Amino acid sequence: MAELTLVEAVNRALTHEMERDEDVIVLGEDVGVNGGVFRATNGLLSRFGGDRVLDTPLAEGAIAGAAVGMAAMGLKPVAEIQFSGFIYPTIDQIVNHASRLRNRTCGRLTCPLVLRSPCGAGIHAPEHHSESPEAMFAHIPGVRVVIPSSPARAYGLLLASIRDPDPVVFLEPTRLYRLFREEFADDGEALPLDTCFVLREGKDATLVSWGAATHEATAAADALAREGIYAELIDVATLKPLDFETILRSVQKTGRCVIVHEAPKTGGFGAEIAARICEQAIYSLLAPISRVAGYDVVVPLSRLEKQFMPSVERIASAVRTVMENS
Amino acid sequence: MSVGFRIDYLQLLSPSGELREAAEEAGWNADVLRSLYQAMTRTRVFDAKAVALQRTGQLGTFASALGQEAIGVGTAYAMHPDDLLVPSYRDHAAQLLRGVTMAEILLYWGGDERGSDFKNARRDFPNCVPVATQVAHAVGAAYAFRLRKEKRAVVCFIGDGGTGNGAFYEALNMAGVWKAPVVIVINNNGWAISTPRARECAAETLAQKAFGAGVEGRQIDGNDVLSVYKAAQQALEKAREGDGPTLIEAVSYRLGDHTTADDATRYRSPDEVKEAWTREPIGRLRAFLAGKRLWDKEKEDALQRRCAREVEEAVATYASTPPRGCEAMFDYLFHSLPASMKDQLEEARRFDPVRRNGHG
Ligand SMILES: Cc1ncc(C[n+]2csc(CCOP(=O)(O)OP(=O)(O)O)c2C)c(N)n1
Repeated sequence: MAELTLVEAVNRALTHEMERDEDVIVLGEDVGVNGGVFRATNGLLSRFGGDRVLDTPLAEGAIAGAAVGMAAMGLKPVAEIQFSGFIYPTIDQIVNHASRLRNRTCGRLTCPLVLRSPCGAGIHAPEHHSESPEAMFAHIPGVRVVIPSSPARAYGLLLASIRDPDPVVFLEPTRLYRLFREEFADDGEALPLDTCFVLREGKDATLVSWGAATHEATAAADALAREGIYAELIDVATLKPLDFETILRSVQKTGRCVIVHEAPKTGGFGAEIAARICEQAIYSLLAPISRVAGYDVVVPLSRLEKQFMPSVERIASAVRTVMENS
Repeated sequence: MSVGFRIDYLQLLSPSGELREAAEEAGWNADVLRSLYQAMTRTRVFDAKAVALQRTGQLGTFASALGQEAIGVGTAYAMHPDDLLVPSYRDHAAQLLRGVTMAEILLYWGGDERGSDFKNARRDFPNCVPVATQVAHAVGAAYAFRLRKEKRAVVCFIGDGGTGNGAFYEALNMAGVWKAPVVIVINNNGWAISTPRARECAAETLAQKAFGAGVEGRQIDGNDVLSVYKAAQQALEKAREGDGPTLIEAVSYRLGDHTTADDATRYRSPDEVKEAWTREPIGRLRAFLAGKRLWDKEKEDALQRRCAREVEEAVATYASTPPRGCEAMFDYLFHSLPASMKDQLEEARRFDPVRRNGHG
């Protein structure tokens, strides 16, 4: 057992899987000697050599595209995009190729790649280093979107993502990289994809979140518990394909739902979850569904970052409101 | 038809501060030389302060231009005021000459959008952080000048690493086709974070990338401000005359870390850095000026004092600029706030953590 941060957990998962499977290769900007700007790939170059740990030229589109080619030829590329603000050129490769190679070739070619990238605000980073692009990827058919919210889940879900036979976009909340440690065994045990994690049971309302926002949702649930309001806490973990069953069961039990995410509200993945609840469980609802999200604004530079992020206060207030409205 | 090509290397002032004979004949004006020297020094003093502010928690991540002052200074010095600058994120040497204030630069890296609302240089583009995407903006802006038959040119900066990006090739190619009045200056400082030049591109020079786009490419000593100035001046003149784009590879070296968030000792040797210091741009011009009795210790001390005072004033302005309210996120999103967003603005106000707690 080891007490690890989320970024160390990512490193352990990569190390474990590269050890276990020699088809796994890591590529991206500064992933080699530097070990990645966040040190997620630290030590991999010296351990596995320059053929399997590739510092690439600065070309996100080509990184993703090359990963498609590698994956189709039987490698298991894990490509790092340094910050999610620079991930957009990869969307072309993911939407037009990675996500549909299996489908286009009736299964003849497949694309088992992982595209890793830090995401989200809250670390006082410069422009374009704080984006939350999960909904854009979740909109693409044929691609998995995974976002861990703790070191243990980062470890288990990354192992599962690398072993998965289809493309996975794996977004790592930068804010959580070193926020806390968690104890878990580095035993190569994967966690299931396509499954929500119920972090805490509760009877009054369902709090649904993912990634860094899970942290504030947990703190809000703590605060509400002190007031006698018990929220069930769900970490979505895999946004696409969505384990809606778990959310549905919870909402049917509590009758109330507050969805929390950092990405802008409009067209965010919260809208998808809300729509499904309306389709399948509207009569279980005791109050309208509420979303606490990033505003529909450009992620501000650091001086206004605090004002942008969904805060514990906003989340708790939304839960109180759904309680009052029912 | 011959497909061969040659990339010359322009160096007028040697690392030890000797002017090549041909250049001597070109007759450099003493005032110009001193201005170039002062502008580089001003940048360096500012840079050191910005790094110090970051180290003491008073500034966000900062990208220093230490060692590359000649590229920005030489280029911006050759620009006309109504030419246009499309910078990357490490180009405050040029920006300072364009009239961008030190306080604005500090505000930007301190996390305040007002740092890009230049009081002067109103048309110049703000810093561009996504590498290479700015080159296309420069080409588009240049096209606008050409279309309106304005005798203006655009200068665009990009790093060596950035030239491996598709956005660079696409824009360069388009510049060639459109004969856009643009000068693309590659700030080749040898490194893209931890990636050395040799691992960015297998070509012998980066200037030769111009060849495939039908654009003129030149390689110059980017630590020699006179070469930079000359090459930029020629390229800008050519652009304004309607004779098309130029790609200039200015060879320099990044003496500092990539940014304050980086630790260059992880990937490069102290020897390499030490050797690079023998070629840096400011010392060589000072040596030349001193040799010609155009500069002395007294002038240097006065300059250092002037720069320090200017920097201190900028720091004071920066430090005393209160943050904006949460409304700012909404104020500049659209020309006017869509009615449907008023609820979000209200929510932001209601939950503003600063307003709630009475401090930031
Ligand atoms: C498209 C994109 N990818 C990645 C980054 C992260 N990043 C910032 S600077 C940099 C290296 C750039 O090197 P170079 O172009 O040589 O310019 P320099 O910083 O050395 O001046 C990287 C990878 C970015 N800003 N934009």
